[in-house]
Amino acid sequence: MVEQATYNYKVVRQFAIMAIVWAIVGMAVGVFIAAQLAWPALNFDTPWLTFSRLRPLHTNAVIFAFGGCALFATSYYVVQRTCHTRLFAEKLANFTFWGWQLVIVLAAITLPLGITQSKEYAELEWPIDILIAVVWVSYAVVFFGTIAKRTVKHIYVANWFYGAFIITIAMLHIFNNASVPVSALKSYSAYAGVQDAMIQWWYGHNAVGFFLTAGFLGMMYYFVPKQAGRPVYSYRLSIVHFWALIFTYIWAGPHHLHYTALPDWTQTLGMVMSLILLAPSWGGMINGIMTLSGAWEKLRTDPVLRFLIVSISFYGMSTFEGPMMAIKTVNALSHYTDWTIGHVHSGALGWVALVSMGSLYYLIPRLFGRELYSLKLVELHFWVATIGVVLYISSMWVSGIMQGLMWRATNSDGTLTYSFVESVQAMHPFYVTRTIGGAFFLLGAIVMAYNVWRTVAGAQAVDAKIPEPQLVHAH
Amino acid sequence: MFDSELFISDFWSWFIAVPTLVGIAACFWLVWWQSGNRPDPNEEVKTMGHVWDEDLAELNNPLPLWWLNMFYITLFFGLIYLALFPGLGAFKGVLGWTSVAQYQAEIDSAESEYGPIYAKYASQPIEDLVHNEDALKIGERLYITYCTACHGSDAGGNPGYPNLRDDDWLWGGTPQAIETTIMQGRQAMMPSAQMNNLKTEEEINNVAQYVMSLSGREGVNAEAVEKGKATFTQICSACHTPAGTGMQALGAPNLTDTTWLYGGSERTIKETITNGRQGKMPAHGEFLGEAKVHLLATYIYSLQANKQ
Repeated sequence: MVEQATYNYKVVRQFAIMAIVWAIVGMAVGVFIAAQLAWPALNFDTPWLTFSRLRPLHTNAVIFAFGGCALFATSYYVVQRTCHTRLFAEKLANFTFWGWQLVIVLAAITLPLGITQSKEYAELEWPIDILIAVVWVSYAVVFFGTIAKRTVKHIYVANWFYGAFIITIAMLHIFNNASVPVSALKSYSAYAGVQDAMIQWWYGHNAVGFFLTAGFLGMMYYFVPKQAGRPVYSYRLSIVHFWALIFTYIWAGPHHLHYTALPDWTQTLGMVMSLILLAPSWGGMINGIMTLSGAWEKLRTDPVLRFLIVSISFYGMSTFEGPMMAIKTVNALSHYTDWTIGHVHSGALGWVALVSMGSLYYLIPRLFGRELYSLKLVELHFWVATIGVVLYISSMWVSGIMQGLMWRATNSDGTLTYSFVESVQAMHPFYVTRTIGGAFFLLGAIVMAYNVWRTVAGAQAVDAKIPEPQLVHAH
Repeated sequence: MFDSELFISDFWSWFIAVPTLVGIAACFWLVWWQSGNRPDPNEEVKTMGHVWDEDLAELNNPLPLWWLNMFYITLFFGLIYLALFPGLGAFKGVLGWTSVAQYQAEIDSAESEYGPIYAKYASQPIEDLVHNEDALKIGERLYITYCTACHGSDAGGNPGYPNLRDDDWLWGGTPQAIETTIMQGRQAMMPSAQMNNLKTEEEINNVAQYVMSLSGREGVNAEAVEKGKATFTQICSACHTPAGTGMQALGAPNLTDTTWLYGGSERTIKETITNGRQGKMPAHGEFLGEAKVHLLATYIYSLQANKQ
């Protein structure tokens, strides 16, 4: 008897476990710097503990360490299972794991030391950027190699989104980080002035669009129908919103530079394309939530499914908020305020983190051949995390709009009603609330880590067998 | 209609306009292409027939109408907006709007609304205005907006930024001098030890000891003070005067009092002598205009004039 081939779950397990580890590290740093904004004495007069150095550590840790590991884990799992084939170039896949962990460790060392390119979400210096590029190209080889050797005819929709995410991030990373090194740890951007700013936000907004949206939509398209046990709602909606989304997102960056030295025409295009982005974004939300139609009652009993569906609701909310904030007149109020921070976190906590956590709750038992240790703890995690997100984003809405209104308030003689420091003082209670919200979210992640640890401790790793693909039915 | 100076060649203008319009047209086509053949609503929706990973399948529900309409509305809005505002390369838009013109219009309207309020005080001398509550109120608001970042919200100053509440003035404390300082800014220049030809650590130390003795500080080294005095007379006195009382024409501080701009510790004094200082007060005349500066100077002058 011929032994049946198996899927490679080892690299999936590695990334899945590290996603949880980095979630806790990144979120803990986030809670700490949120507390610093409320109580600045928490700087302890120590340079590497200051907000300016720990903030990039927080963003890099949650986006690229936690989010990145979750994307690697799920994409390697999904691409194998939906292509009915083992991973292509497995040694290269191992390299992507160790290479990516090395990038994260280097980030954790250099950022607190103040070694930075000063580009938001692209702070890491040029030698680390080169390592990222090498790991990323390897990732592309493994992913697309696996697609190429699939044993089914059609490419499943989740892989479209993962594929678009991998290609676009490679392009964005390489162009935005083009720089002239002057020493091993210092470089200068290849672009100058407003062009540098435009390249930076072309990258920055598409890190949101492709890393934090397209990648996680890939996740949604596999784990939602799987956990719900229902077919995806609409194939044609997948087609329309996929192509419209990846076409439109790439134009939206200039809305980060409204009312700056950026030429008027560029600002206009950024705003128009951001508005057109609303429908393509909501196409994903409709396809995700409507997949549940006919199975709504499962939300009452299945906390994992609840993670996934609530994450899609937050996705819908933030992708409505985003185009609104891109309108120039709204942006005139919201820009540079905490509203932006609230908007980002309704996407980052509500959408990205919750969909990742739901997917990991689906994955872990299947990777280790065990039932989850406790569904009660998943339930607890869900409520603690949801309360955390709501506290976070509502306090930032209030704080941000208040800030914007205070900045533009004028007296009868045309002078400003409030000095800048008065607006800072007024934000204090909201900074405290935000810290509490963040702490709740972190607490949820710790509950998850405990639950996962109890699940996998002593468990045998599993490599599932590859089933024969089902025959394609005639239409 | 077209701004021919916006791009170095027409190519770039087309490079922007054509992909934008083709892209929006492609969105229209994509939606239209997939929204045809709406199935009978009474009929059960079938899957596409593909199955992945044992049970993953896809239904083929039609695009929701409300969603389709929303998509069309944003696309139409985009086209109309691009016709009205600059966006398609060098095409200026039908409204002829520019951000620079909008800024100027807002400045002009503010000027016509608030200008008369300030003009009312412009011709009155500061010495009189310090008794005018309304003028002082406006002056204080201007101060809080433009000056607190450096001089502090109580005008008590910060290291490197002078205290405006005391009667020690670097560039003069008359209403006219204060007004000039705000209008034109000030650039102070204390040369470094190298520029002053002070070569050794010992020379710097001697001068520092002498400077400390000028304000009657105790615990200075008498021998060093004596040597430092010689150097001071030869070099420093040019700006700070032989008596060390400073010179307002140059912004050179009085060294005989206990007010220190950068700090009066031995270490800081040596640091000042070694590295020099380049204090800078930015000019606000062009930015705020004479009338506002007049009231700002009134407020600052009032801080000591109204002390009694």
